[in-house]
Amino acid sequence: MEKRIKILVAKPGLDGHDRGAKVVAQALKDAGMEVVYSGLHRTVDQIVRIAVQEDVDVIGLSIMSGAHLPITEKLIRKAKEEGIGDKMVVVGGVIPSRDIDKLKQIGAKGVFPSGASFQEMIDFLKENVKA
Amino acid sequence: MGLANYSRDDADRIVKVAYPSGIDVKTVYGPEDLERVGFSYEADLGDPGEYPFTRGIHHEGYRSRAWTMRQYSGFGTAAETNERFKFLISHGSTGLNVAFDLPTQMGYDSDDAMAEGEVGRVGMAVDTLRDFEIAFKDIDLAGIGASLTVNAVASIILAMYQAMAEKYGYSPKVISATPQNDILKEMIGRGAWIFPVEPAVRLIGDTIEYSMTTMPRMNPVSVSGYHIREAGATSAQEIAYAILIANAYIDSVLERGYDIDRFVGRFSFNFNIFGNLWETVAKFRAGRKLWARNLKERYGVKKPQNMFMRGMFGGGGYGLTKQEPENNIMRGAYYGLAAALAGAQTTGLCSYDEAYTIPTPHAALLSLRTLQLLMEEVGLRDTVDPLAGSYFMETITKEMEEKIEKEMEKIEKAGGIVQAVSTGYAQRTVARQAYEFEKGIQSGRLRKVGVNVYTSETPREVELHEYNYASAEHQVESLRDVKQTRNNRDVARALSELESAAKQGRNVMPVLVDCCRAYATIGEMTRVFRDVFGEFVEPSIV
Repeated sequence: MEKRIKILVAKPGLDGHDRGAKVVAQALKDAGMEVVYSGLHRTVDQIVRIAVQEDVDVIGLSIMSGAHLPITEKLIRKAKEEGIGDKMVVVGGVIPSRDIDKLKQIGAKGVFPSGASFQEMIDFLKENVKA
Repeated sequence: MGLANYSRDDADRIVKVAYPSGIDVKTVYGPEDLERVGFSYEADLGDPGEYPFTRGIHHEGYRSRAWTMRQYSGFGTAAETNERFKFLISHGSTGLNVAFDLPTQMGYDSDDAMAEGEVGRVGMAVDTLRDFEIAFKDIDLAGIGASLTVNAVASIILAMYQAMAEKYGYSPKVISATPQNDILKEMIGRGAWIFPVEPAVRLIGDTIEYSMTTMPRMNPVSVSGYHIREAGATSAQEIAYAILIANAYIDSVLERGYDIDRFVGRFSFNFNIFGNLWETVAKFRAGRKLWARNLKERYGVKKPQNMFMRGMFGGGGYGLTKQEPENNIMRGAYYGLAAALAGAQTTGLCSYDEAYTIPTPHAALLSLRTLQLLMEEVGLRDTVDPLAGSYFMETITKEMEEKIEKEMEKIEKAGGIVQAVSTGYAQRTVARQAYEFEKGIQSGRLRKVGVNVYTSETPREVELHEYNYASAEHQVESLRDVKQTRNNRDVARALSELESAAKQGRNVMPVLVDCCRAYATIGEMTRVFRDVFGEFVEPSIV
């Protein structure tokens, strides 16, 4: 039996806009994935710790405040430090199109700005996650 | 949310219209519908300015006074924000609505590790009284009121506002501040909470009490259905939850032994507008009536003017789109129209680029002009509650009333609003609805222009408001400067006094004002509260 993809949907930083994160979490759950939701106001350290503890396959960051570049960079660096640099990182939220490449250069494997469909995310994760 | 559910046949004829609040809309309405719902002018409407205020809280509506236009603004440093305030005022804005950055809202100083990347990003960075002195320089604080969009640390920001006003020679008796100060909605739909429910509500009680003793022109709370709606609630739930939340705050003040007529009249509300015009207008008309009835029948409020549902009706963020952003200009015009038809006292429009960024000056100006056009050219000042008597509007207003009451009952069955928030019942309800709505958009069942119908091939990039790293650094330097030049002994003494007040259950407001005068920082004051009160633990939602 195929092992379910386990994804941490995380809300880093102080931003309290969690509608998108909760909606995506429900969609991924309905698509058969195991979803851990971090809750609000998590530091990068806390997110990485949860990812380690829960042994997730993917870390998904939901960022609505515009701070996606510094946060993603910090998270990927911390993930490497904690030995889970091989985990896929995806980012969603309020992301101007000109930042998509920048995020990928930083190390985000998938970027899903607002307007991205559930199907896009699900297909991407199923195709790219080595579960 | 906000979009009607349309069922169409193969010829694209609309065969069914259902509003998210649960109202089915007929093709045609007539006198028989008013009979069916038992409509009575005296019982259901009353004249404008008369109980139950369905038609409006003022006798003359906009004939006596145009609405107050309050655009949400603030970013970067206090100096930059002061510039934007003056810009808006010079262009006809009649009220300030201050945006604070996330570190400020969450009680962190600009040099805190938690503030990294966020200083001045989504609003003004405030660390000490010095920032407020700069932000409000040359502003007529007696003439212009300031909404302070802050919640968890509202008491601190309000104290700082008073300390700043005093420095400019304004007594607390003449200044008009409206801290948003609604923590329960934060827990449901906005996320800028810090402390657990009980101490957070107690702080709100302290500010309401302070409005009686010290700041009579303060509107101590702006109970916000707005964000609950943004999170996925229907219009009926928006009003239902807001009334229940307001009642929770009322109850906390009544426990201190005050007579409700002394304070409830200064409560204000903040409601959302997007999507369907008719459901929106019905929501406000029904909401005014239910709030007034709630105060009269449940609480025995005596003075009619204390029963007003005074509010900022506007927005509405969720309705706007990243795709084809100029459509948001037109959406804004329709939302403004809805606000005027609903009789909003105060309004503000999200700017068309707000799906991306803090409003640019141009976008902010367009929003302001939209509102001015309605008042000056389109005729919305002509008469009060122009839709009254419409077979359609009166029928759906009555039906909306019923739907709102039903939503209130559901919460009561779940243990009341405080319980519903602590256990996550309210949060789960709106999150599930948000998911259903998104599925509707993605499947095309719900049509959104520019998003899934009538889309354009080439996306058009919007001019962005750039994050100013230099401005953030400048802020940190200023903070360092303040800490070096202030009297640290005074600060320590004031903070110690704050800790005692917090622990002993005394009203913290006067002590907070002392702390602010001594240039204590937001972070220092919040840390005292965090130590004494602890932090809210989010219930699981997914």
